[in-house]
Amino acid sequence: MDVAVFWVLAVLAVVCGVMVFRFDSMARATFSLLASLLCVGGLVVLLGLDYLGIVIVLMMTIEMAIMAVFMVMYMMNPAGLMPMTMIHNKKGAAVVCGLVFALLAAGILLAPWPARRGKAPADPTMDLGMSLMGPQMLTMMTLGMALFATIVATVVLATRRGRYDRFGDDLRARRADDPVRGGVGR
Amino acid sequence: MSLELFLLLAAALFSVGLFGALTQQSIVMLMMGLELMLGGVILAAAAAWHYIAPAAAEGQVLIVVAVTAMALEMAIGFAVVTALFRSREIDMTDMAAELKE
Repeated sequence: MDVAVFWVLAVLAVVCGVMVFRFDSMARATFSLLASLLCVGGLVVLLGLDYLGIVIVLMMTIEMAIMAVFMVMYMMNPAGLMPMTMIHNKKGAAVVCGLVFALLAAGILLAPWPARRGKAPADPTMDLGMSLMGPQMLTMMTLGMALFATIVATVVLATRRGRYDRFGDDLRARRADDPVRGGVGR
Repeated sequence: MSLELFLLLAAALFSVGLFGALTQQSIVMLMMGLELMLGGVILAAAAAWHYIAPAAAEGQVLIVVAVTAMALEMAIGFAVVTALFRSREIDMTDMAAELKE
């Protein structure tokens, strides 16, 4: 049963991944990528990591929904009503990717992989939580800081009015030039 | 099923994603390629954990790091696209070539 599930998910993941760059419609490309990444989540569950697999499935569903919104916002052809290609250097990229795959496949097939060591814990999720809150706490803290920095950076990048708009090109204005005054007593 | 099969699948996903990242002119499509590449990395890490060292939690931590990288890449990517589109009405990589100067 597991073998059949593996092959179905594996073939679907690769086919949907390829179709992402074959579809004319941006919306279809987004949902094709979603299907491919859902298959990855399913395969992670198949490997015994239920929690991480479900996290991947939930995260990708939300992420691709947001991506579809951005597609509609920025792309000229979101519904795929007109055929179009927006690619460059297709042949060169195909050669590079073929070589990368061949190199990776050679490494995978030729490397003497070590034998399986140890047994999987009864509850891998508990194991992960104990690790992140224990010996891997520095990793967790680094991820937390990276997420916080991302929140700040995305807000700064997405804000229409920056400090130069508010305080002038030389940043010497005594008062910020805001359309609505803020602060106490406005 | 074996480690090699999972790793070959991960390599295929990585290569397809790399093809997208190298060929697509649209910045959003380029990000889709990057997502696919990270999907391959996640699968490889999960397979390595399962087939090599299931007792070590570090393999799972690596997957958490890769999943977080996916989220950060998308958030920052869309913020950069928004800033670029707002200032120059650019959504294609070729039109943003002046950024490298």
